[in-house]
Amino acid sequence: MINLKNWFYERTGIEAILDFLRKKQVPDHKYTFWYYPGSILLILIGVQIITGCLLLLYYKPTIETAYESVSFITKYLPFGSFLRSLHAWSSDLIIAIAFIHMFSTFLLKSYRPPRELIWISGTFLMFILLTFGFSGYLLPWNELSLFATSVGTQIAGSMPIIGKYLLLFLRGGEYISGDTLTRFFALHVIILPLILLALAAVHVLLIQHHGMSVPPSVESSPAKKKDIPFYPDFLLYDAVNGLFVFSGLVILALFLPKELGIKADLLAPAPAGIKPEWYFLFMFETLKLIPSMVLSFEGKQLGVMIFALGAVFLICIPFLDRWSAKNKRSPLFTLIGFGILIYIFVMTAISYLGE
Amino acid sequence: MKLKESLFTRRKFLNWSLTASLAALFGTAVGPVWRFVFPGEVGPEPTEVELKDFPELLPGTGKLFKFGRHPAIMIRTPDGKLKSFTAVCTHFECTVQYKKDTNQIWCACHNGFYDTNGKVVSGPPPRPLEEYDVAVEKDKIIVSRRGAPKGEKPKEKA
Repeated sequence: MINLKNWFYERTGIEAILDFLRKKQVPDHKYTFWYYPGSILLILIGVQIITGCLLLLYYKPTIETAYESVSFITKYLPFGSFLRSLHAWSSDLIIAIAFIHMFSTFLLKSYRPPRELIWISGTFLMFILLTFGFSGYLLPWNELSLFATSVGTQIAGSMPIIGKYLLLFLRGGEYISGDTLTRFFALHVIILPLILLALAAVHVLLIQHHGMSVPPSVESSPAKKKDIPFYPDFLLYDAVNGLFVFSGLVILALFLPKELGIKADLLAPAPAGIKPEWYFLFMFETLKLIPSMVLSFEGKQLGVMIFALGAVFLICIPFLDRWSAKNKRSPLFTLIGFGILIYIFVMTAISYLGE
Repeated sequence: MKLKESLFTRRKFLNWSLTASLAALFGTAVGPVWRFVFPGEVGPEPTEVELKDFPELLPGTGKLFKFGRHPAIMIRTPDGKLKSFTAVCTHFECTVQYKKDTNQIWCACHNGFYDTNGKVVSGPPPRPLEEYDVAVEKDKIIVSRRGAPKGEKPKEKA
């Protein structure tokens, strides 16, 4: 047995990696808790890859067969409903935890130099995760997902200059059709995963290069901080967190299985009470509340412009927050962070209460 | 005066050549990939559709049908008039429906209301719905776009 281990170690050079992990130190302080969401996300992405591959064995991406194949998976295959629910609930958890991860790093000012690229790659990862959710939502080809896709692609299509091309690219034509489903399938199962894995690798390698960010208040007084080894200490915390989250996921999938709904019909009106996934509700509600015309602008274009500018603002935060860059207190950006959070909460609540 | 060594070394030349070749390779790939990714021209939408065996609509009801590549709606108003509009909401392109209780056309996505002339009554839609001409003949209904040249219309049977 020992010989086999040595044989493997000699041929892979894995000992060097283990040595590195044993020597790697992680800062431990009163905000260490906020380091955990990042690793939980990696675990959940692993869950998505495994459950997604299993669903792919039966899913058929055409408008004649998509709904039926998902229906077959959930009704007739052993553990089919459980696996599909696991995949869908895990995607919900990923978005929720990605939001927590993003806002915690925002409020702890982890984007301070030299970590600007970590923040930017993270912001793009957030956009990729949202696109994952959006593209996956259409795949069962049900009534709700059809109109959510119609609105969502129109939002992209209302962007200035690139909107027209983005709409054609996403829909594969002027209107939603079978071509849209094929494109969303290709995006969801191969194009987005490749981009996600590449971006996540850059994100993690940059964190490895710069080390975990320590909040300014802790950094200024070294007494408040000690270091713990990554292996095994921090990895054990990660493992325990991962087990808790996975248990929660299993409970959700078992007791609250995801519904399939009614099959999409391209010649049916939008149903009453139509809503996108919960993480797009704040945008949906905003677009509902903006009047049809604001001065000489169409309300919807104004709304889309505001969201596009918001995305650009998020990406540029490391370069805008000059106070944090100089390790000074930055109450303005703390206020902006809480402001965005409150806005998202309030608009989502209005959308739910308006039901 | 002859220089002892060339200003443009062999290494420099090779680096430039390789960079230029790679740039040319990617440059020539952009066009074909762009054209492949974006769907080509699918031709203009028809300006007229003939509806055969379209069900008789009772006053205060509506029904969706296909007008070329997009959905359209036919309604019979409570006073018996047959009217037709595009069913694509001008806000975010959801498919609208007729609401009998208010005698209005309604988009459920963002709660937009249009009257039976296609004009916006309330909600976020920025423009009215395009209204089509409706002509009832013996065994068919002809729905056509307003202002389309008469006589040489590309037709589509539904």
